[in-house]
Formats: sequence, C-alpha cells, structure tokens
Amino acid sequence: MNRRELLKSLATIPAVGALFYGWYKKSQVDTLLKKAIHSEVSLNAYNPIVDKNCSGDKPLRIGIIGAGARGKHLIEAAGFIHPEKVDKWKKETIQDKNTNRHEEYLKQEDLNLQLTGVCDVFDINAKNAKEAGANINRGGSEDEMGVAPKRYKTYKELLAANDIDAVIIATPDHWHGTITIEAARAGKHVYCEKPMTLTVPETFEVVKAVKENGIVFQLGHQNRQNESYFKAKEAFEKEIIGKVNLIEVTTNRNSPGGAWVHDIHPDANEKNIDWEQFIGSAPQHEFSLERFFRWRCWWDYSTGLSGDLFTHDYDAMNQILDLGIPHSAISSGGIYYYKDGRTVPDVLNSIFEYPDREFSLIYSASLASNKKRGRIIMGHDGYMDVGGKLKIFADKGSTKYKDDIKNGLISPDIPLYSYSPGQKQADAITSATEQYFASRGLLYSYHGEKRVNSTHLHIKDWIDAIRNNRQPACDIDKGFEEAITAHMGTIAYREKRKVFWDPDKQKII
Amino acid sequence: MITKMGGNKYSNLQLFWLVTLRVIIGWHFLYEGLIKLSNPNWSSYGYLMDSKGFLEGFYQMLAANPERIEVINFLNIWGLIIIGFSLMLGLLTRPSIIAGIILLISYYLSHPPFIGLTYSLPMEGSYLIVNKTLIEMTAMAVLYVFPTSKVIGIDRLVFTVK
Repeated sequence: MNRRELLKSLATIPAVGALFYGWYKKSQVDTLLKKAIHSEVSLNAYNPIVDKNCSGDKPLRIGIIGAGARGKHLIEAAGFIHPEKVDKWKKETIQDKNTNRHEEYLKQEDLNLQLTGVCDVFDINAKNAKEAGANINRGGSEDEMGVAPKRYKTYKELLAANDIDAVIIATPDHWHGTITIEAARAGKHVYCEKPMTLTVPETFEVVKAVKENGIVFQLGHQNRQNESYFKAKEAFEKEIIGKVNLIEVTTNRNSPGGAWVHDIHPDANEKNIDWEQFIGSAPQHEFSLERFFRWRCWWDYSTGLSGDLFTHDYDAMNQILDLGIPHSAISSGGIYYYKDGRTVPDVLNSIFEYPDREFSLIYSASLASNKKRGRIIMGHDGYMDVGGKLKIFADKGSTKYKDDIKNGLISPDIPLYSYSPGQKQADAITSATEQYFASRGLLYSYHGEKRVNSTHLHIKDWIDAIRNNRQPACDIDKGFEEAITAHMGTIAYREKRKVFWDPDKQKII
Repeated sequence: MITKMGGNKYSNLQLFWLVTLRVIIGWHFLYEGLIKLSNPNWSSYGYLMDSKGFLEGFYQMLAANPERIEVINFLNIWGLIIIGFSLMLGLLTRPSIIAGIILLISYYLSHPPFIGLTYSLPMEGSYLIVNKTLIEMTAMAVLYVFPTSKVIGIDRLVFTVK
C-alpha cells in the first residue's frame, strides 16, 4: 500500500479532529458560564434529619379516624394497603410487564407499625380500613392476612382504647380540632390532616391541649418533605433573588374532582352512615349523600379554598420564608362557576401583608380554570418558581446581576438555577388532580434517585419524631400559624372586611 | 477508474460533495451523541412523552418505564456516536447508514409534522410533512446508493488490504 492510498483512507480524520476541538472549546465556554453562575448561586445538597432510632424496638400502634379517600392514602403511606388494590396492581403487571407498582410499594420503608383501631362513620370505609390493617404482609387477596384492627363506632371509644399509641385524623375539617384536643388529652400522638381547625377559638385550644399533654403533633403538609423546598429555602437565605417584595401563590383547577364534586359511593345510604356523628357540632341538616361525600363545598364542615388548598401554599412559603402570621388580610371572590348549592367560593383572591418583612403574599384561586400560574417568590434580583421543580431566574433590572447580564454570563430567560429532584426518573402520572399535586410537590419526593411518596415521608417523620422524642417538620407552632392565617383569609372573605392580627393580644381583629 | 464497490464512477467534484455530505451528517450524529453523553441529566423521556401521531401510544409506552428508558437512552447515545464516527471516518459505512436511517425514521415517526399536530417541545422552522429529519434521512439513503467510503475512508484500507 502506498502513501497515496493511506492518505485517501484517512482523508476525513481532520474533520473528526475539528469536531472534537470545537466540542472542547464549546464545553470550555459552557463551564465558564456555569462557574460564573455557581459563584453566585451555590446551593448545598439536602441533608435530611437522621434519627438514631427509626424502626423502634416494638411496633407503634396506630388508629385511623376518618378512613375515606384521604384516610385511605394515609394508611397506605403508613404501610397498610387494601389487598384488592394490590390485586389490581398485579393485574396491571400481567398486562404490562414493565409496570410494577406493587414492587415499588414494597420498597416503601417498613415503619414497624400496627394498625390496631379504625373509626369511620361510613361502614364501607371502616370495613376497607380494617382489611387494609389486616394486610400485614402488604400482599393481595390471596396472601396471608394478620389480625384485623378493631372497629370503633365512635372516635371517643377509639381514643379510650389502651392498645393505641397514636392516631391519624383524616375527618372533615369540622372534626379536626375536637378530635385532636381529645386525643391529646388521652395522651395519643396525633397526625392531623390540614387545615388544623375549622374555627379560631378551637385553634387556641388545640395548641394548649397538644402542649400541655406533651404529645407529638404533625400537621399533614407533606410538602415539608420535598427537596425542592429545602433548596428554595437555602436560595432565599443566600439572597440569590435579592430582596423579596412579593409572593404569589395560586390554585388552578378545572375538574369536578378538583372542585370537590367527588363521586358518591353507590352503596352508601342512611343505614350505613352514622349521620349524627358526621354532623357533630355542625348545624343540623337532614341526611344528604351530597353533603357527606362533597362536604368540602359547605362552610358547615369545610374551610373552603383558604383552608383546603391555600394552606398547602402557605405552609410551603412558611417553610421557605418563615412567614409566620401576617399583619393583615383581605379577600374577595365568589361562587362563579359551580352553581351546585355550595356555600364556599370557587374563585378566591386573598392578600396578606407582612409590613415588617416588607412583602405581600397573594393567593389567587380558581376551581374552573387550569391555567397554571405557579408559585412565585419575587425579589429585586430575580424570582423563584417553586413546585416539584425549583427554577430561579435572574431579573433584567437586577442590581446584583447587572454586570453578569451585560457580559452575557447570565441570561434572564434561562434559569440561573434549576433543580428537579430525581431528574432522570420517568413518571407516569395520570389523572388531572394527581398531575396538579405532583406539580406542586405534593405527591412524590425524591431521595437520591429514588421516587418516594411524600406523604409516606411525612408520616415517617412523625413516627421518627415520636420514637426520638423530637418535634416533627410541621409541628404545632407551624400548625398554629397555618390555621390563623387561613382563618384570616376566610374571615376577610365571609365578613367582607380587612382583618388584622394583634400579636400582643394573640387575637384576630 | 471504476471503484470496486457498487460500480459507481465519480468525477472529482461528485466525489468531493458526496464525501462532504457523508462527513457533515456524521458530524451531526457524533455531536448529538457526545452532547447527550456529557450531560448527566439528559434523558429521552420528555421527547418520547411529547410524541404525537399514530405511534404516540407506542412511544409513550416506551417512556413509561424507568429501566426501559435507561436502555433507550444508552442505545440512542451510543448509536449516535458510533454512526457519527463511522460516517466521518468512512468505516463500515453501509451498516451505519442503515442504522442511522432506522434511528431517523423513529425520530420522524415520534414527531411527524402532520397537519393538526402540535408539540410542546419547541421546533425551529416550519414544516409540513417534510422536516429536517426526513431530509437528513433521504440524504443518507442517497449516500447508501452512492457509497464513497472505499474511495475516501478507512473502508479503503479494510477492503483493499485483504
């Protein structure tokens, strides 16, 4: 072979060299850009609390009060799944070998719990919760079951039981306060769904009962476990977006389920629902399946948008910014779309002022439009878009980034920092409401690359706190701030006036 | 001179442009592969989930499983890199062209620019049925029937030394 042959064979090699040289130069420029940003935005890795005693020597015995839709999810997150759900998952796996939700569920940490008591005013819910509680091997109908938990007809009987250490409360809102107070007095630790209370007076009583009895109280804001929020908190503290002056949080839903028009169980009737116990201290009303299954639509049992959905956003912002209770609140809105007899508004706008912190918090909600408006913290130097993902953008008019923007090192259109937990993971999230919660970091969190149900992490945090005698992530003080803020929004709407918080007298005026 | 492969006879100008076409398509493949390889967060997930058209369900099914998506990512990255090298260097070009065409067909069918389909991932330019993927695929088919690697390329060494 001669030299000419060789040259012809290798003639295109310089092109390969040119490509690699170009790639090298380009990555040099990219690294330089990244370095410039990193010197401005350097956030540490998230370090969760590490407890010594996580599994406990002996199982902790829990009871569930209110085992409806949310209650079912909570006991699932605690490790008690209904066998028929596993059957369904197994069927899905047979149809599509690549989905295995049962296997994924089995990976959820065993918290060493026993479900020993169940209380629900609807017989079918109670039966299902009993069956889930007996499913100690987390298997399907054909697997071996353990002892079923005892069903109590009333929550009082459940709280009097000796074989229950802690209770999960997932009743309608009008029962949260009363049951938490009685549980605390009975010495049971409490995990209570949001919002903490229906009324202002009972809020103070709940705090008193929890503190006096020294129980571990966790409020059900599972966003507390989301890694993006830890990053956002750090970014705020490092003043990456400069001086914050406005925070805007929103609810954007547009489906019957999202607007609390939940399905009515086909077998539900006056015989298998204890209507009197459901009503409790709420105004008397004749038996109504609508009110029973769609209770969030009536002030009698619900705190409406402010308590049911704003509290998630408020607590997220409280977690990031340490908001505390606002100085004042105004609200307006109305029942503009769902003319179904509801008394709570489906459009609500509230503004909370924090003059000491020199910023306002705006909450704007619609149950009849899906236009995503996000959850934004606005500062002079940039803004943060906080959800399941965290994105931080520099502001065009920023003082801090002025030179970097001028030199082309930072572009206001490209995130300065973007954090997406478990970025390489693929999700198949289906329903619109699930999508909504996922985008707000309320469904899943990621630890490392592993997707974890954030409600499970929140329950785990509560259990670990009980075993290690510490306060959980959303403790009674945070719960108090959440409840008072939500009530201020609600009172402002219902009484059509501006309300103020008097910190000295500890009173809404 | 008539080359030994395919019985094609090219003028110098024809040869120059055919080789150039081969090299720049190779460049495109190789760089697309390298840039994905060097980004630890890159995944085909978003692209697959954004699929439209009659195979939408198939592509989304591919993306639904985290382990499967890892395999797809791996095959895609290394497929692009190997095809890119092969075209640029003129090494085993024919099987690479076939593999490249298959890859491009699958990209095309996952995001066909058909009437009435819109995508959330931005695409530059305006297309109706014909897009750059289809053009690149067609150019590769041209390269397949007008081979050059045994004239300019390592295939010249591989196939003439023996």
